[in-house]
Amino acid sequence: MNTAELWSPIRLTLELASITTIVLLIIGTPIAWWLARSEARWKEVVAAIVAVPLVLPPTVLGFYLLIALGPDGPGGWIAGLFGGRSLAFTFEGLVIGSVFYSMPFVVQPIRNSFEVFGDRPLEVAATLRASPWKVFWTVAIPLARPGFITGAVLGFAHTVGEFGVILMIGGNIPGETKVLSITVYDYVESLKWAEAHILAGGMLAFAFAVILSMMLLDRRLGRPGP
Amino acid sequence: MSGTPETIEAAFTGSRGDFLLEVAFEAPMRGITALFGPSGSGKTTILRCLAGLDRMAGRLSVGQEVWQDDDAGLFRRTHQRSIGYVFQEASLFPHLSARKNLTYGMRHERPSTEALTFDEIVSLLDVGHLLDRDPSTLSGGERQRIAVGRALLSQPRLLLMDEPLSALDRQTKDELLPYFEMLHRQLTLPILYVSHDIAEVSQLADRMVVLADGRKIAEGSLVDILERLDLQPATGRFEAGVVLIARVISQDKAFNLTRLDHHGQTFSIPAVDLQIGEEVRLRVRARDVALSTESPTGMSIRNVFAGTIVELREEPGTAFAETLVDIGGGRLRARITREAASDLSLKIGRPVFALVKSISFDRRSLGQKAV
Repeated sequence: MNTAELWSPIRLTLELASITTIVLLIIGTPIAWWLARSEARWKEVVAAIVAVPLVLPPTVLGFYLLIALGPDGPGGWIAGLFGGRSLAFTFEGLVIGSVFYSMPFVVQPIRNSFEVFGDRPLEVAATLRASPWKVFWTVAIPLARPGFITGAVLGFAHTVGEFGVILMIGGNIPGETKVLSITVYDYVESLKWAEAHILAGGMLAFAFAVILSMMLLDRRLGRPGP
Repeated sequence: MSGTPETIEAAFTGSRGDFLLEVAFEAPMRGITALFGPSGSGKTTILRCLAGLDRMAGRLSVGQEVWQDDDAGLFRRTHQRSIGYVFQEASLFPHLSARKNLTYGMRHERPSTEALTFDEIVSLLDVGHLLDRDPSTLSGGERQRIAVGRALLSQPRLLLMDEPLSALDRQTKDELLPYFEMLHRQLTLPILYVSHDIAEVSQLADRMVVLADGRKIAEGSLVDILERLDLQPATGRFEAGVVLIARVISQDKAFNLTRLDHHGQTFSIPAVDLQIGEEVRLRVRARDVALSTESPTGMSIRNVFAGTIVELREEPGTAFAETLVDIGGGRLRARITREAASDLSLKIGRPVFALVKSISFDRRSLGQKAV
């Protein structure tokens, strides 16, 4: 058994999930804020677009992403700026795909937590002469903390578990796009049961730990302060 | 175009669904002006427009600063207005300690030497022992005191209070009212105070703007407004009454009574802890006043005032009539039956004796003298 062969997909998967989660927190927060606060009638259309990956077969999402990232899509154009030909079958392409795929898991909890405290704390802060920017950072963000924690954990875990989308846009390039879920599939296909067991068991333990800690955290944050 | 230095001038017009609001009023740059009216009369909407939290067409100037002028396309947003706002629920920031709540909007530059410092506010509101507590561990009254302190520490030019007592139980209200009276004494800051409770308004306000169905129906000094019989039922039926300014002249230890002088006539009320010479406002409810055409004798009622009927208003379709009796230097309202008015042939100009039972007064009948 080759340990390096096992570690490479683990490292790659953690990198992909971490970068995806950070990107999602950065772009998901303003989207969640807008969805929570805007009075625009068509905001639910945007909410639906964000949520579509929840119900879309991953291979379908992967198919469209493949086209978008390929040489004839916007992804290819961006790759051209950096001397490449396509974003498909690259790590960067995986990050982009994962961002779309995991977005609802990050945006939805953050949006909920922005909605749950209502207008009042924001109005209070404004009457205390806090600018909208200060209100956002000193009141909205701290009050929405449970939503950020839930969103980050779910976004991370969901990215770790993604398979269909990656198969479509990433393929199976060791060290570049060969993540854990693909590796498990590979081992099973080539009848390497021992290796498949190690990775599958590790992912099971990871998933359990994530869900358990979320539940414990939820209970702790749900209670009134100390 | 700027406002006069000594007044707040507001005019708003607009609608919220079926509700129409059209109101214009003035308030002085000192003392407490009550926006008074039943729920649904538009008081809170007006306060929110004053704060810039809601927007309706109109104009608003506070002293020489113009905060809204639609003609000039000017609208200051909430955080650009120098206000303090106390909501009905204390609305403390749940993620901050009491101390951090107090200092959230604190201004370090003091606009005048009269402005209160952090330590002064903490001691006036008696919240020193609460500073490191989490808001969720505070009682309703404690939370509201922190909320008031938080608003004051932003050094506002205008304090807006939206029924700050109405979410609290009777006991907590009574615990908080003295703090509000004290603020009234200590601060030169103008306060606009929204309330539907005539007793609370009688205790605190100097001026009143009376609202009904989104319109102003009267505006003036507290004493004048409360004497107006034509404002009924807006100023209350059961709770209607007047306010007299009286001075403490003696404490009767033997009978546990406090005696107050009002232009040479004496009120006896159940003992309250006040200094001799102190001026207080005394609220006398119309339903606690009886009338007699002869000087009564052999009677348990302690407060008897000779006076003249100056206004008499029967309420058609009810058993009642309202009268206004001039007792020299002040006026009492008496709510009697139409039958009694007819039997005693009461009419304007008729000399009468107004009778008030001492036990109809309590601590809630007293307020600080108006500024």
